[in-house]
Amino acid sequence: MATALSTDLHDCRTAYSETLEALAETDERIVAVVNDSVGSSKLGGFGKRFPERLVNVGIAEQNMVGVGAGLANGGKVPFVSGAACFLSARALEQVKADLAYSNTNVKLCGMSSGVAYGELGPTHHSIEDMGWFRLLTNLTIIVPSDRWETREAIKAAVSNEGPMFIRVSRMPVPDLGRPDGSKFRIGVSEELRAGNDAAIIACGTMVSRALEAAQVMAAEGIDVRVINMATVNPLDHDAVLAAAGTGAVVTVEEHSVRGGLGGAVAEVLSTERPCHMRILGFEGFQPTGTAEFLLERAGLTAEGIAGAVRAVMAARDGK
Amino acid sequence: MTSSSDFQLDLIRGKATAVRRHAIEMVYRAKLGHPGGDMSVTDILATLYFGVLKLDPANPSDPLRDRFVLSKGHCTGALYATLAERGFFDLSELETYMQPLSRLNGHPNRNYVAGVETNTGPLGHGLPVAVGMAIAGQMDKAPWRVFVVVGDGELQEGSNWEAAMAAGHRGLGNLTLIVDRNGLQQGASTEQTNSLEPLADKWRAFGWEVIEVDGHDQSALLKILGAVGTDRPRCVIAHTHKGKGVSYMEDQVGWHHGVPNTEQFEIAMQELV
Repeated sequence: MATALSTDLHDCRTAYSETLEALAETDERIVAVVNDSVGSSKLGGFGKRFPERLVNVGIAEQNMVGVGAGLANGGKVPFVSGAACFLSARALEQVKADLAYSNTNVKLCGMSSGVAYGELGPTHHSIEDMGWFRLLTNLTIIVPSDRWETREAIKAAVSNEGPMFIRVSRMPVPDLGRPDGSKFRIGVSEELRAGNDAAIIACGTMVSRALEAAQVMAAEGIDVRVINMATVNPLDHDAVLAAAGTGAVVTVEEHSVRGGLGGAVAEVLSTERPCHMRILGFEGFQPTGTAEFLLERAGLTAEGIAGAVRAVMAARDGK
Repeated sequence: MTSSSDFQLDLIRGKATAVRRHAIEMVYRAKLGHPGGDMSVTDILATLYFGVLKLDPANPSDPLRDRFVLSKGHCTGALYATLAERGFFDLSELETYMQPLSRLNGHPNRNYVAGVETNTGPLGHGLPVAVGMAIAGQMDKAPWRVFVVVGDGELQEGSNWEAAMAAGHRGLGNLTLIVDRNGLQQGASTEQTNSLEPLADKWRAFGWEVIEVDGHDQSALLKILGAVGTDRPRCVIAHTHKGKGVSYMEDQVGWHHGVPNTEQFEIAMQELV
């Protein structure tokens, strides 16, 4: 099954806030916690409809995450939303002790992840968050690829107990055009395109680009499998091992090449089914530039991904 | 004639002595622990658990329970002994303190031990979580209250002041913070290390009501902690002595995480009656 990408592009934060607002209408437990990030989390509408359920703690991320844990203790389902760079790094010990180790029902929503704030520089890039959070074994990590998946992830966050991190991009992405009746399940990946010549495993904003890369290669007579690994933790082991059956695996993420999706896949393959592999992402601190410039520079485009697939296939074939 | 409050004070004082004895035994057996802080916080814990907190050990997750958070999570000698005396688990389990695979970890874990509300250990975590609890209670106009104990040295962590600001701003009258003001931290006095004074003024400046009390005067603690709050969060600065009740430990910085030898253990047991 090949999906058709929409030509219009969408900011997933809107899907996030609209879904949260709709769910909050019928579920009084839902509250939002922000660090002066009402606008950047697109929660202005939520605040108008449920002013008493929007907790703005000001610019104080450690307190924000601790308050989230306390609200969960008091029976609420808190969505703690702020720029991914600050939410993850500034409050890391709170995420570790108050959420993951305490196993509290708090949903962290990291806005504008990756290099969305490209021009603002590495202080505002969030390309380390998955690496830090993936070490917290029971913290579920979800990286939605489009509007539909963002909506489904938020619904799943409410209906599944436990600590969770949802990475929400502000970079406009196309709809992936899934068939009606598609289901989102935490921990289960999605094969968006079949193929046995090589496999691309992608998440978030990179999924549509992986699909474009596969289309380019299909024209060359190469059938590349495209897997949307929306849940990075816990990882869909079976899909990763099956991808290794092609002998050539490329992972793609808007994140550091260390510790994220590629790292997770490499941990599985190196111990259970070694195969040729490439990890596409960012190496180290990035310079200033628009998000698109930084993505192109790192080869995180359809052409770049296709090039990596050709390279890994050549390595597999001993060429 | 003995009044009911006399009876309650007798109970609290008896439990405080029992908790101190358990804690010293636990530290002596484990050859690990933080006896100085255990002794300084004991009267506060005994007053809360046997005179103030509305909770039921048989139903530890009752949504309407009062919440208690020990932010100075290293003082599990006193906390576990208090929880066991209050009936959350059997007293005999205290013997497993910090043994391999024991539920009674050096720092409390809510998933192991009923009665623990949030996992603490790294300092500066308890107050933000307690503020979140109090906000939840405020949203629901709930009758339950939130109590949190911090060590004084712990107030050097900035996260406390983020939480203090938020609590003052939101007028969390259902929140009571108790500062175990024993004056000593791990390596020296707080004032030599990074001074906290004027501590009461700091809390007032953040919008809190401040009450100072002798943290070993159970009668005064009971009166203050039992009183329902106003429209402001309340900070009770409890002046205490590290090592209280064991002569050679009192106000000695070395007993922050010292372990008594056999002779010292026996002296402590003779004194704690």
